[in-house]
Amino acid sequence: MHNHDEEKIFQDKINEEIKIEPKDWMPEQYRKTLIRQISQHAHSEIVGMLPEANWITRAPSLRRKATLIAKVQDEAGHGLYLYSAAETLNITRDEMIDQLHAGKAKYSSIFNYPTLTWADMGAIGWLVDGAAIMNQVPLCRCSYGPYARAMIRICKEESFHQRQGFEILLTLCKGTHAQKQMAQDAINRWWWPSVMMFGPNDDASPHSKQSMAWKIKRFSNDELRQKFIDVCAEQVKILNLTLPDEKLKWNEERKHYDFGEINWEEFWNVVNGNGPCNKERLAARIKAHEDGAWVREAATAHAEKRKSRTQKAVA
Amino acid sequence: MSQHEWPLWEIFIRNKQGLDHKHAGSLHAADAQMAIENARDVYTRRMEGVSIWVVESKYIHASNPDESSSLYDPANDKAYRHPTFYNLPDELKHM
Repeated sequence: MHNHDEEKIFQDKINEEIKIEPKDWMPEQYRKTLIRQISQHAHSEIVGMLPEANWITRAPSLRRKATLIAKVQDEAGHGLYLYSAAETLNITRDEMIDQLHAGKAKYSSIFNYPTLTWADMGAIGWLVDGAAIMNQVPLCRCSYGPYARAMIRICKEESFHQRQGFEILLTLCKGTHAQKQMAQDAINRWWWPSVMMFGPNDDASPHSKQSMAWKIKRFSNDELRQKFIDVCAEQVKILNLTLPDEKLKWNEERKHYDFGEINWEEFWNVVNGNGPCNKERLAARIKAHEDGAWVREAATAHAEKRKSRTQKAVA
Repeated sequence: MSQHEWPLWEIFIRNKQGLDHKHAGSLHAADAQMAIENARDVYTRRMEGVSIWVVESKYIHASNPDESSSLYDPANDKAYRHPTFYNLPDELKHM
């Protein structure tokens, strides 16, 4: 049967690490899963601009302000690369934005937490971008070409984001007692939500198996989470601060850090819309879209004016 | 034309040291001028002195990768197009 051959060619490509491109045949579920994952990733980048933009006007120095603006600007660009990648699968920008505004599409729950102090900029750069990088590097090898290529570009730009965050924390840690406390407090609030960024445990993640078979997902949630914890447990020592987990302890047998229980109730609560800032984030996005309508209309009107001017000049 | 009908543009960038334009990605814009300005904002945040080409995606015609073996077959068996095909003595310099 026609479909059967195409399915075999498709899976052969996946097995041989040949990229699937927009015009290739693909199972309908592969297309749907990718549209969902890529669009939600794009939404996360755009919504992710909000918690950090909150501190741009209050950055403690010009250098901090300039680097924070550059980071937030990058996130906008990342959203664009990802929306473009999703569009190759036959969904329009308008549809994706409508899904976000209607609450039908999700974005990473981490952005539903508030940024309460300047130190949060450091904690976000170190922990949130750190967790994102750990997720994103394997995605550079995902089976769908446009997504993989977008991820390569994103990963190149992401490296300064994490360094900027850690530098902020390091500077605070070398400062006054109040500054050190502010840094520790930010880490205390952002640690567990960052650990939750890797998603539910593998045995509670029903879609993972199919995503792995299709090489969309290359490592399991728990594998990546463990790697992240191992890396951060070492990095925090340089700050001379602690991670808020009494059970965090090097296990010589496993060659990994043991860690405490994740509060899954909080995780599902925030995913389902009851986090501290869910409503605020969505409201901000809807307002930005509506307030910006005049810019889109003006751009269209301007293009039409330019076009008719050119035509008149030629005539 | 409403914003919903803005065409898709493919963006090609050559940086200051570059020899050729490389495909950087795509974006929607109302016209070529806007496409160039947006491409500058999105794709050149880390470059000095660039050249930007924008082409409406509909004007790009591409070969079908699945046909590559038959499309390129004539070139595959012509090793004499490569310098190493020719056996010349080592004493021969500057060639």
